[in-house]
Amino acid sequence: MRFDLGAGGAVTAIEGPLVFLRRVVRAGLGEAVAVEGADGRARLGRIVGLDEERIVVELLESTAGLGIDDVTVRFRGEPMTMALGPGLLGRVFDGVGRPRDGGPPVPEMVRRRVDTGTINPATRGLPKDFIETGVSSIDILNSLVRGQKLPIFSAGGLPHDRLAAGIAQTARLRGEDEAGFAVVFAGIGVSHDSAESFRAAMEQSGALEHTAMFLNLASEPSAQRLLTPRYALTAAEYLAFDEGRHVLVILTDMTNYCEALREVSASHGEIPSRKGYPGYMYSDLATIFERAGWIKGRAGTLTQLPILTMPADDISHPIPDLTGYITEGQVVLDRALEHRGIYPPVNVLPSLSRLMDQGIGEGFTHPDHPALAQQLFAAYARAARVRVLSSVVGRDGLTETDRLYLDFGDRFEADFVSQEAMRGFEESFALGWEILAMLPPGELARLSDAQIAEHIAPVLARAETATEAGDG
Amino acid sequence: MSEAVITSVAGPVIRARREGGFSLGEAVHVGDAALLGEVVRLSGDEITVQIYEDTTGLAPGDGLRGSGLPLSVRLGPHLLGNIFDGLLRPLAPEAVAQRYQLRPLVEPGERLRAGAVLAEVEGPAKAQSLLVPPDVAEAELTHIEAGEIGLDDPAARLALPDGSTREITLAHDWPVRRPRPVTRRLPPDEMMVTGQRILDSLFPIARGGRAAIPGGFGTGKTVLQETLAKWCDADVIVYVGCGERGNEMAEVLHEFPELEDPRTGRPLMERTVIVANTSNMPVAAREASIYTGVTVGEYFRDQGFNVTLMADSTSRWAEALREVSGRLGELPSESGYPAYLSSRMSEFYERAASVETQGGRRGSLTVIGAVSPPAGDFSEPVTSHTKRYVRTFWGLDRGRAQARFYPAIHPLQSYSEDAAGLVEWWTAHGNPNWRAQRGRILDLLEAQAGLERMARIVGKDAMPPTQQLTLLCAGLVDDAFLRQSAFSPTDRTCSPDKQTEMLGTLMRFFDLAEAAVARGVKVEAIAAAGFYRRLARMGEEIADGDPARFAALVEEMETEMAALGREVNDAV
Repeated sequence: MRFDLGAGGAVTAIEGPLVFLRRVVRAGLGEAVAVEGADGRARLGRIVGLDEERIVVELLESTAGLGIDDVTVRFRGEPMTMALGPGLLGRVFDGVGRPRDGGPPVPEMVRRRVDTGTINPATRGLPKDFIETGVSSIDILNSLVRGQKLPIFSAGGLPHDRLAAGIAQTARLRGEDEAGFAVVFAGIGVSHDSAESFRAAMEQSGALEHTAMFLNLASEPSAQRLLTPRYALTAAEYLAFDEGRHVLVILTDMTNYCEALREVSASHGEIPSRKGYPGYMYSDLATIFERAGWIKGRAGTLTQLPILTMPADDISHPIPDLTGYITEGQVVLDRALEHRGIYPPVNVLPSLSRLMDQGIGEGFTHPDHPALAQQLFAAYARAARVRVLSSVVGRDGLTETDRLYLDFGDRFEADFVSQEAMRGFEESFALGWEILAMLPPGELARLSDAQIAEHIAPVLARAETATEAGDG
Repeated sequence: MSEAVITSVAGPVIRARREGGFSLGEAVHVGDAALLGEVVRLSGDEITVQIYEDTTGLAPGDGLRGSGLPLSVRLGPHLLGNIFDGLLRPLAPEAVAQRYQLRPLVEPGERLRAGAVLAEVEGPAKAQSLLVPPDVAEAELTHIEAGEIGLDDPAARLALPDGSTREITLAHDWPVRRPRPVTRRLPPDEMMVTGQRILDSLFPIARGGRAAIPGGFGTGKTVLQETLAKWCDADVIVYVGCGERGNEMAEVLHEFPELEDPRTGRPLMERTVIVANTSNMPVAAREASIYTGVTVGEYFRDQGFNVTLMADSTSRWAEALREVSGRLGELPSESGYPAYLSSRMSEFYERAASVETQGGRRGSLTVIGAVSPPAGDFSEPVTSHTKRYVRTFWGLDRGRAQARFYPAIHPLQSYSEDAAGLVEWWTAHGNPNWRAQRGRILDLLEAQAGLERMARIVGKDAMPPTQQLTLLCAGLVDDAFLRQSAFSPTDRTCSPDKQTEMLGTLMRFFDLAEAAVARGVKVEAIAAAGFYRRLARMGEEIADGDPARFAALVEEMETEMAALGREVNDAV
C-alpha cells in the first residue's frame, strides 16, 4: 500500500523534527514515510503517533526548507525496511543504509524490517566459543565469547577506537582462519577523522573487504542516529544468520545515540526521567543490544562490541548504568592508567564478562584458567585496598605481606595489563602465573595445592636458579 | 461480546470508543492480528487499553473486541519443565506435552470441597495433583476419567448444589491479578535451605518468606538468583526473567536439564517453570509477567508444594509501570514512578506465604525479588519501597563483586527478620548453638569494619595483637565461610550439617587463637601455620557428609596451635 498525499492542505504544523498531518488516509503506527519539500528532496521519516484528526511524523533529516503549503508526503505502507543481498562487505553506507561510497545499491535478495529481531529465548544457543582478542586483560580476566555483547566503557580522550580496531583485526576463535568472519562498523555521530582512522586501520590489516561500514557523521541529523545501529544490525543479522558468518559489530559511540534519543524525546514533549533521558531508554537500548547472540541451527553468530564514552568519566551516569544492566559485562577504560602510560588502560576490577565462565576452562582454554582469573582478581583487589592504605600511612606503616601486595599491584599493571603487541592466550596465561608467584603461596587461597605445585612452584624454582646463577 | 473502535495510538497504549460494556482489567483483542490487551481506564464512552504486543501497524479505525473476562493465564500440569512468555504462552510449543496419565484418588458419589484432590497427574515432569477448583464450595463427584487424557479433555464432572454441573479439565484459566484463596496462613518457622552459607547461617529465609536482592549492575544478582534456583530445597521453582537478558534464559534452558536435583536425582529442569519476558519484548507484558509468575507459584502451592519464585528484576517491572503510567498521562510521583508503585509492590509481595491450602495440605510460596537500583543507590524509590515489604534483605556490594568474592552479599547491610523464628529449626537440625554462633560472627564483622577504619589512620603494624587477631579472624570468616565458589562441585551448595561443622570449627579456631595470642603467640605465626590455609579452603576441600575430616582438621589445628604456644614458652 503506497500512496502520496499531495501538496497543499495536508500539513498542519512543523515543529522541530515533527511534522503534523491531517489524518485523511489510513496509516499505521511505525510506518515509513518520505516528505518532499519544494526543493524536491525526499526526507525520510516515520509515524510516531496517531489519533482521529492527525498523524504525527518524525523526520530523520533536517526539516529546514520545508513549508506548510508545498509538501508532498509519500506513505510507504510498511515500517522501515532495508534491502539485503550479497556484496554488503567492503561497502560504506550512510546512517540509513544508502551507499555513500559512490557504488551501486546492494542487490536485493530479501527486504527486512530494521527494528524487529526479537529472538525467542527458547531458540537461542548458549554463547560459549572463546574468542582470542590478543589483549591479556580481556582474554584471561574478562573473556569474550561468540554471541556476547561486551561494551567498552570509555571516556573522552581514551584510546577506545584503537582498542576496538585492534580487536576487530585479531579477534578469532583459536586456530581458525579468516573465512566466514565479518566486521560491521556503525559510526553513530562520529567525527569524520575517527571514522577514517578506523577505515585506515582495517585497510592496513587487509580486513576492509570483510567490513561493512554504516556512518552517521557528527554533522548529520541527530534523529538519524536512532536508526544507524538498527540498519547496521539488520545487515549484520543478514551476514550472520543468512550467510553464516561470524560477525563482530562495533557500535560507536552509543553516548551519541542516547543524546539523540533524549533530543527526540524532548521534542515529543515526553516526561523525562533521570537527567532528562526518557524513561524508556532501558527498553530502547535493549532492542539494540539484545540483537546479539546465536540461534540454534544457524551457522553464524553476532557479537557486539559497543563503545560508549562516560560523560564526566562517571560510571553511574544513566548511559553506562543502563547499558551495564543490559549487556553481558563491560570493559572499563581508566584515565589514571592512561596517564601512567599503560595501554590498553583497562581497569580490570570494574570490568566484567558475564559469559566468561561458559567459554573458559576444561575443553575451552585451560582447566586452571578460572582459578587463575579468580586469584588475580582477589589479589589485585587487595592490592588496590593496600594502595589506599599506603597513601595515608605510608609504605612503612604496612605489614610485610601488604608491601608484597603493593609490589604485585604495580607489576600487574605494568607487565600484565600493559602490552605493546597482541599476546596469544598461552603467553598471557603464563604471564599471569608468573606475576602471582610474587605473593607467598599461603596467600593464594583461591588456588588448590595442585595448582600451586603445577604453576607457581616452577616459577619460584626458576627464580631461585636465576638468583643462584647470579650469585655464582 | 462488546466492541470498540480505536481513536488514537501511542506506543503500547491505545484509546478507543466503545460500543457496549467493558470492565476495568478486562482482556481485549485488538486489530486484525487480535493483539492481547487489558482495559486500564474507563471514561464515558472512551476506554484506554494497554497492549501486550508490538503495536506497529495499528491505526485509528481498527476494531477491538472485549473478552468479558479479566486478564487470565492458563495453568496446568504442562507448566513444569517449560518456558513461557509473560502471559504464559509457550515459547517452545513443541516441547510442551499435551497428554497425561490420570490416576483417580476418589470415587464418583463422594462429596468434595474446594482444594480436594481428585486425581494424580503423571507426565514428563514430577507427579502433580488435580484439585477441585477454588471457587467450588461443595459438590458431588459424578464422573472421573482414568488413564491417558489431553489437557483440555474433560477429566471429571461435579454436580453443584444449585443443580448445575461443572466439567473439570487438567488445564484451567485463572485471573493473574487475583490471589488464589487459602484456608489460613501459617507462621514462617521452617527454613528454606538455600545451600548458601551466608544466607542459611547469617540471613536465613523461612518458607513462605519474602526476600530482596538489590545490587548495581555486575554485582552478581543474576548469578545468585540462578544459584538459588539450582540448589535451594524447593519442590518447584518459578523463574521470572522480567526485562532481563535473552542469553540468561538460554543459559537456564541449557544448564538446568543437565544438572541434577541433589534431593531427587532428577534433572533440575523438571521442577522449574520459566516465565521469560526479556528486555526487548513488549514493555506492557513485562508488567504482567510478575503477576503471571506469582499466579503460577500459587497454583503449585495449592497442590501442597514448597514453591520458590525468583523475580529478576522487579525494577524492570516498576519501570514498565512507570512507562505505561507516563503514556496514560498520570501525575508522576517520586522519580517519575506512579504514586501507586508502593501499593502494587505490597500486593505482589503479600502473595508470598506459608499456608494451609483449601484441601488441608501445607504449602508455601517464597518470593525472592532482585532489585536493580540506578547507579547502585539503595535510597531510590524501588529499593526503599521493597525494603518495607520484605523480611529478608540481601544487599549486594560492588567492592566484593569486583574482587570476585561471591556471593557478594554485604554482611553489614543485610538483615533477616526470619532469623529469630528459625532458632528452633536449627536446634532440630543439629545445631543448638546457632543463635550464639551467628551473633559472634556478626559481632566480629562489625568489629572488623571499625578496626579497618582505624588501620587507615594508624597503620596495621601499630595495632595491638588482639585487634590484629580480630582482623585475622574476620578475614578468615570472609574467606572460609562467607565466600562460596559456584563453580566448585564440592562448594557450590552446602548442607546445614556441613554449615554446622564449619561454624563449630571456626568457633574452635577463635577460642584457640585468642588463648594463643594471650600467651604471646604472634598473629603472623598463626596466619602462616599450615592449618590456616586448610581452614581457609575447607569449603572447597571437605565434601558434604564427611564430619571425620572436620574432626581431623580441628585436631591438626589444636596440635599446631599447642606447638606455637610451646615455641613462645621456649623463647622466654
